[in-house]
Amino acid sequence: MTTNIVEIRDLVIGAKSDSGRKIEIIKDVSFDIAEGEIVALIGESGSGKTTIALSLLGHARPGCTILGGTVRVEGEDVTAMNLAQREALRGTKVAYVPQSAAAAFNPSKRLIDQVIEVAKIHDLMTMPEARKKAIKLFHALSLPNPETIGDSYPHQVSGGQLQRLAAAMALIGEPQLMIFDEPTTALDVTTQIDVLRAFKDVMTKGGMAGVYVSHDLAVVAQIADRIIVLQAGEVRESGTTKDILENPQHPYTRELLAAFEPVPYDSTRTDAGEVAPLLDIQKIVAGYGQVGRDGMPEFVALKDISCQLHTGQNLGIIGESGSGKSTLARTIAGLLPQVKGNVIFNGSPLAANYRERSKEELRRIQIVFQLADTALNPTRSIQNILSRPITFYQDLRGAECAAQVDALLDMVQLPTSMKSRLPRELSGGQKQRVNLARALAAKPDIILCDEITSALDTVVAAAVIELLKGLQQELDLSYIFISHDLSTVQAICDDVIVMYNGEKVEQLPASRLHNGAEHPYSKQLFSSVPKLDPAWLDSVPLRGDR
Amino acid sequence: MARHKRTFQPLGYSVSFVTLFAVTIIFFWAGVAIFGNLLAPHSPSKIVDVDYFGPMSKAFPFGSDYLGRDVLSRIILGARFTVGISLCSVLLACFSGVVLGMSAAVVGGWYDTILSRFLDALSSIPSKLFGLVMVAAVGSSTPILIVLLAVIYTPGSYRFARALAVNVNAMDYVTVARARGERTFYLITQEILPNITGPVLADLGLRFVFIVLLLSGLSFLGLGVQPPNADWGSIVRENIGGLSFAAPAVLAPCLAIASLTISVNLLIDNLPVKIRDTGE
Repeated sequence: MTTNIVEIRDLVIGAKSDSGRKIEIIKDVSFDIAEGEIVALIGESGSGKTTIALSLLGHARPGCTILGGTVRVEGEDVTAMNLAQREALRGTKVAYVPQSAAAAFNPSKRLIDQVIEVAKIHDLMTMPEARKKAIKLFHALSLPNPETIGDSYPHQVSGGQLQRLAAAMALIGEPQLMIFDEPTTALDVTTQIDVLRAFKDVMTKGGMAGVYVSHDLAVVAQIADRIIVLQAGEVRESGTTKDILENPQHPYTRELLAAFEPVPYDSTRTDAGEVAPLLDIQKIVAGYGQVGRDGMPEFVALKDISCQLHTGQNLGIIGESGSGKSTLARTIAGLLPQVKGNVIFNGSPLAANYRERSKEELRRIQIVFQLADTALNPTRSIQNILSRPITFYQDLRGAECAAQVDALLDMVQLPTSMKSRLPRELSGGQKQRVNLARALAAKPDIILCDEITSALDTVVAAAVIELLKGLQQELDLSYIFISHDLSTVQAICDDVIVMYNGEKVEQLPASRLHNGAEHPYSKQLFSSVPKLDPAWLDSVPLRGDR
Repeated sequence: MARHKRTFQPLGYSVSFVTLFAVTIIFFWAGVAIFGNLLAPHSPSKIVDVDYFGPMSKAFPFGSDYLGRDVLSRIILGARFTVGISLCSVLLACFSGVVLGMSAAVVGGWYDTILSRFLDALSSIPSKLFGLVMVAAVGSSTPILIVLLAVIYTPGSYRFARALAVNVNAMDYVTVARARGERTFYLITQEILPNITGPVLADLGLRFVFIVLLLSGLSFLGLGVQPPNADWGSIVRENIGGLSFAAPAVLAPCLAIASLTISVNLLIDNLPVKIRDTGE
């Protein structure tokens, strides 16, 4: 007979806004977790998944209060505990693995001292014992050099390793319940697969119960026994992983699943023979830091990259963080001048530095950045943001300019009433649309899209991709689409370049991504993308290193 | 954890009662500075009391000074110098500091290096000593005091504005504007300035306090406002002999300086916060 380790009943969590208005952010949530069961909380940002997970620790973030309901962990009501009791609970019965391990470790202390801190605080064992235990956990989490890795400092290990060390920190107190808060969201797919595998291994061997918070259904499918779908602080649907994936009931769950379906992209490419490319990038070398005597920068981020973009077509650039894909966009835009090589636009070479390019050249290539939060000036209204490029490039003012702003908002499917708002008064997806509209305002030929869907929820991202496709047909645009997400690139690109460590590893048509890759790195990259199939993780062959 | 302060909410701003208190005192002194000659019960330079260092009385609420002049009237007229000179110099200092700081952040390179080193050198001179030397060299008059105080406080304001502007300058929206081909003037006025006004205003208030204190210090040393005019610092100095008689003539101008500087500080620490939640 299995007993429930967690029983949440009618949980209500409220917050107070700065004008004193009370909002319920979690509404009547109830669920159980059986011993040894891993339950996933899934939903978009703002759905309350982390808030619920934190309530298991008896913690409500500043400004939030638990208003009603009970949270029982091993039969004891966490909400009724006093601070000392909660402190005794944390780390020994319930442990937490945060999203960003890099932010969770103190950079000035050795890793092992931080990992065994829980044992020290709760006086669980002697320090030599704790060290031995930590090293055992490092083995279990398949960390490299488990005997000595603890003596390093946080900056000396990779992001994936740090995330596993954070898990070791949580595991050392032998908790009955582990909470994983988006632990792999910030990792590259090739690293994510190792971390997931290590987590799954440890959890099954230890027979622990867990809560896995994520927005990524495919990741959750690998590790969870049961899935709870959340939206706007309410449970929309809950069921076994298999049921949710194969037989979703709620429309929102279906929408989430639909966003995973690869959207076929009809390449408009015609084999018209030798047409001069719109943008021809020839053997570009660029990097950061002082340029040395040999004419090379201190850190070379792009090594001999060549590629071409034809009118009306889209070029995808894919690779993990640090592969140089964003640097390529900055070099094309002239923000990071190359030290060697040429960028030929429409048959004539562009100056390496944007300062030396003409206004017309600048107008025709626009760049859209990943984070709309930092790409839109927070103090200027949407109207103001969009009218500036119109005034700047076309010298239009007043009513003519306002009419164009309205047309732009219409183009990106935003109501024109939004133009008086400030960026912070829009949602993430709306901000990204404004970000895109600003680039469109210049009436460009090429838009460089730098990870523009990465910070968005899956459903929202899918809508933005649809918008991009629609605009392309309407306006005769060409995109260079940079992403680390294979499925988005596939949904919009004709050709895809795989980058690794500043080098172009391979170029192939988007349609042949899955079976046409020849280079070992591209193969590894493509096979690391999680699939909705729960058996996927176990089917991927192990790699030697890392 | 946030402390829960009692607030009220006019015009979509959350204002604490400390702010209201500070603002009242600041407006009070501003009013005194503007309408001083209407408010003063006596002429500030006329000897009206038979006694020197006289005690508080109905006729002389803050007593009389070392010559038997009315201290209240002298403080009221002194407000004009203390508040006026400080305000002019702080505006001058912050304007030049912020403009130079933002342009250094945006232009960068040699311009930034040379400007930063020069202003660093300037700020390495002790401010009182610098004031002393300058006043000794060119004499003391109101315009010279204003410029002197402004020069002393420009490097600090420059450093502060530059540090803020460098952060904003690294934002993607500035990069987008650059890639669009915008000129430095547009970048400074439209993209950067609106994002640093809050901290810059707070810095302005703080610098105002420093300047009031430095001006009072200079006047106390006899280098500031010259007789027959007097600011609060020089009133303290004139009457320092009355300290052993516990004369209110020493204490009153000190309290005036304290009330102004503390109020400005309180206001800076409790600036009204715009309420973001508009009920959707």
